[in-house]
Amino acid sequence: MSFQFIFSLISGIFISGVAGYLGTLMLSKKMSVVAGPLAHLAFPGVALALIFGFNISLGVFPFVIIGAILIWILEERTKLPMENLAAIIFASGVGTALLFLPIDKAEEALIGSIEKITFWETIIVVILSLLVFYVIKRLYQKMMLMNVYEDLAVIEGINIKLYNFLYLLSIAVVVALGVYLVGGLITAALIAIPAASAKNISKGLRSYKTWAIVFGSVSAVAGIFIARFVQLPTGPLVVVSNVILFLVSIIFRKQSF
Amino acid sequence: MNMLLEVKNLNVKLDGETVIQDLSFQVARGEILTILGPNGAGKSVLLKTLLGLLPYEGEIVWHQKPKIGYLPQGLNQLSVKNYPLTVADFFALKNPGPSLEEISKYLLLVGLEKDILLKTAGSLSGGQFQRMLVAWVLISHPHILFFDEPTTGIDIGGGETIYSLLHTIWEKERLTVFLVTHDLSIVYKHSTHVLCLTRKRHFCYGAPKEILNAEMLEQVFGREIKIYEHK
Repeated sequence: MSFQFIFSLISGIFISGVAGYLGTLMLSKKMSVVAGPLAHLAFPGVALALIFGFNISLGVFPFVIIGAILIWILEERTKLPMENLAAIIFASGVGTALLFLPIDKAEEALIGSIEKITFWETIIVVILSLLVFYVIKRLYQKMMLMNVYEDLAVIEGINIKLYNFLYLLSIAVVVALGVYLVGGLITAALIAIPAASAKNISKGLRSYKTWAIVFGSVSAVAGIFIARFVQLPTGPLVVVSNVILFLVSIIFRKQSF
Repeated sequence: MNMLLEVKNLNVKLDGETVIQDLSFQVARGEILTILGPNGAGKSVLLKTLLGLLPYEGEIVWHQKPKIGYLPQGLNQLSVKNYPLTVADFFALKNPGPSLEEISKYLLLVGLEKDILLKTAGSLSGGQFQRMLVAWVLISHPHILFFDEPTTGIDIGGGETIYSLLHTIWEKERLTVFLVTHDLSIVYKHSTHVLCLTRKRHFCYGAPKEILNAEMLEQVFGREIKIYEHK
């Protein structure tokens, strides 16, 4: 087993695990869709990186994070739903990118490049994942209360603007990491599917969160291993593993709610 | 008298339409103020404005910064239907989260068994859910309660349970209560003051016995209402 393989395995577990965890919150907020448009925002970054010849990740992070901040500002100003704003931001980003992006060279941006990850990139992935995990853990109960009824959260003294901002920032970081693992096209899968599978088989909040992390990590490991034995790209295999776990979870679905 | 709240010349507009016009009243610590009025008179809007959730013109002066418990009218079960939240999880959303013993104690007070702790909040019946919300609000020992139709969907005996519970806690902890209800017998039995709002933006204010007569109710609700005074 090469070091390279171990690096990609470690990064895969961390990215996919934290994406699953974040996904539980986004599913409850009916926001899983937002991850997709944000991930597509990676494309303008990729276009710039390809044109000027720097590392693709350096192009991806700023664009996704700026996109998240724009959504946050626009939501404060317009009170439009976040998913709607995400669609607008996404369309403007991708629209611009398609004017310049050398499509034939953009495969990495489309389906990810986890199998090429370096030692230092792995370190950064692990640190960012742990950081985001910590932030989401701190936000979780409060975001949940905001989801249930925002006025109650206000009265409990929760700074809604600040929490929304931290939440969007976490989404942006996870999405940017997801672009590494599975590419911009299907990053939303990492966020949406493990949470949905976990919801199928959980009755309480704790098992919901735990199963989402487990499903996320397991599908990353499965995808990366399978890709080693068959000549197929890793990213899509991770997503397919996620889908299979989801189908299995339907069989064990709890009927209580 | 220990003044808690003074409202002077309060005006509230929602989407350009005046909902509350030139309203003034005062609330002392320990009062139970019932807000009466037909649908659309602005009762919930008034509560929300007092809570600082809506913009307004005029003066709202709180003389203390008390701990507030709020049971909104809009919190129906649909908002939790899609979450895998057990009743215990729902209580854990509070900060600080209460202990399981504490939760069981309050569930018992509102007439719920503690075995519902592990059920999902979405699977409770409407009445059970509402009772749970009452417990959820009371468990943090607020100094002021804002209850917007707390017994909606609760059966007759259940409503009685909730109001007697409120009364007991009110006596014990010297709470101040802002209550929106349509139940006139509750008003007589439990409130110290009544504020009535009408759709025509008039209001009346006073002790229940002073203002709750047939004539006034007709003015407020716009038709004859039979009242049965509790002695």
